[in-house]
Amino acid sequence: MAISNITAIIKRELYTYFNSPVAYVFIVIFLGLTGFFTFMINNFFEMNESTLGGFFQWHPWLYLFLVPAAGMHLWADERRLGTLELFFTMPVTYAQAITAKFLAAWLFIAIALVLTFPMVITVSYLGNPDYGVIACGYIGSILLAGSYLAISGMTSAITRSQVVSFIISVVICLFLILAGWPPVTDLLVNWAPVQLVDIVSAFSVMPHFANIQRGVVDLRDIVYFLSIILFCLMTTGIILKNHAAG
Amino acid sequence: MIKVENLYKWFGNKLVVDDISFEVTKGEILGFIGPNGAGKSTTMRIITGFIPASKGKVTVGGFDIETNPVKAKSLMGYLPENAPLYANMTVYGFLNFAAEIRGFSGAEKKKKIEHAITTCFLNPVMHQSVDTLSKGYRHRTCLAQSIIHDPDVLIMDEPTDGLDPNQKREIRNLIKSMSEKKAIILSTHILEEVDAVCSRVLIIDKGKKIFDGSAAQMKDKSENAGTFTLEFAEGNAAEIIERLKLIDGVSRSEADANAKGTVVIKVTTSKQADKTEVRRKIFEVVKNQGLPLTQIKVEEGRLDEVFYAMTRGNAA
Repeated sequence: MAISNITAIIKRELYTYFNSPVAYVFIVIFLGLTGFFTFMINNFFEMNESTLGGFFQWHPWLYLFLVPAAGMHLWADERRLGTLELFFTMPVTYAQAITAKFLAAWLFIAIALVLTFPMVITVSYLGNPDYGVIACGYIGSILLAGSYLAISGMTSAITRSQVVSFIISVVICLFLILAGWPPVTDLLVNWAPVQLVDIVSAFSVMPHFANIQRGVVDLRDIVYFLSIILFCLMTTGIILKNHAAG
Repeated sequence: MIKVENLYKWFGNKLVVDDISFEVTKGEILGFIGPNGAGKSTTMRIITGFIPASKGKVTVGGFDIETNPVKAKSLMGYLPENAPLYANMTVYGFLNFAAEIRGFSGAEKKKKIEHAITTCFLNPVMHQSVDTLSKGYRHRTCLAQSIIHDPDVLIMDEPTDGLDPNQKREIRNLIKSMSEKKAIILSTHILEEVDAVCSRVLIIDKGKKIFDGSAAQMKDKSENAGTFTLEFAEGNAAEIIERLKLIDGVSRSEADANAKGTVVIKVTTSKQADKTEVRRKIFEVVKNQGLPLTQIKVEEGRLDEVFYAMTRGNAA
């Protein structure tokens, strides 16, 4: 029952993605921008290296805007249309509903990511890349997207406005990118205890993402991303339940 | 099938549902009526498990909606107010989702969807996007998802709101035809609907239950209930009135001054009197006296009068 509920919801969500322009706009812009950054800004060909480092390097910044755009509707739209009432009077639990919606959106981003396969073909045609590092790059990228997505799913549950959801989640994701960056830690360093500065900089996605990009799959990095996802999904549940309780 | 015990709901410190209890059994259609903001929708949302109650207990088919929500919800079909639907889906796609979430697959699923489409007259729009539907079709699509699994309990919040008279009629007939095997609760603002469809009426005002009984019992509460109007071709009004006053159970009889050319007399019976017996006696008098009776009209009492009297001054 649980699995069939989850698959039914995932099917419905994907159906909605691909039945609206959102999916196509997202995919085209994602592919266009990754191509632009990799080839035009990083000068992929002149680097004379058969790696995809220059390609993955931009993902935290691209996802910063694209993932909240793909996740902002998740609950806000259900609230706006009133379908939340329909949805939660069907025999599904909060956990099933939240997991299924998250997985559907994650799957959608994964599809967009898979469509970057010409990059892999290009490097393997031009040289002898380390496929292990490339695989790690994709794993890191999809985990990063999942974390951002869980955040935007959570902000989407707060409001019925997709715009508000989008802006709040961009800000939270931006914080996660910048948390370890000196200008941000400098804000704290003069007055806050060292532990707090450490905690804030430990929140940053960048070092974890960079580790995986180098081809080092450390359990701590995986746990970092998965715990962001889990925390946000559980918070989403609390928000939705509180909303229902009035 | 549905048992509601001492239900309370506070939104902040505003009490919206105030100690409501009732039961609905299979075969009954319970009509919720009450002024706007009386707590009808909130009560329905608690029963369907969308919002939790502050206090009290709801069981559906024996399953508690708080502790066993999935079991309870699987027995229910719900048509929320304003019939919300997922945009960007076709009618068929939407019903396909509803059927899958209710646990159907394969050939059985297809059969259920087709049955719901036929029952709700959705054939002409089944491959149309939900966005492009008229209000009547939207309502029926939402209704179709609520009955797709042939639930034992059906809960409908203003099922005929915003429909044209023909559509209202269709939906009412549909509800009546399903009532035999189901316990149904519906809310409405239309009092004639209560009369036409519901086997029982519950009036809610300011969160409180103020009446629970049949539509006929509700009408009986009306001042006019049980009044007869007798029309005679000719005769002495005063004399007839005197005669009628002698009948046991007649509390008042008076002439209608507005009558033109005929004698019209209104007879009020006392509350305790057996109305059929009183009527029989009136006919006897008419026969014995040879009075030229041309018409007799029995006032049933009007729901809107009773409703107004019960909820007067309380409209939100």
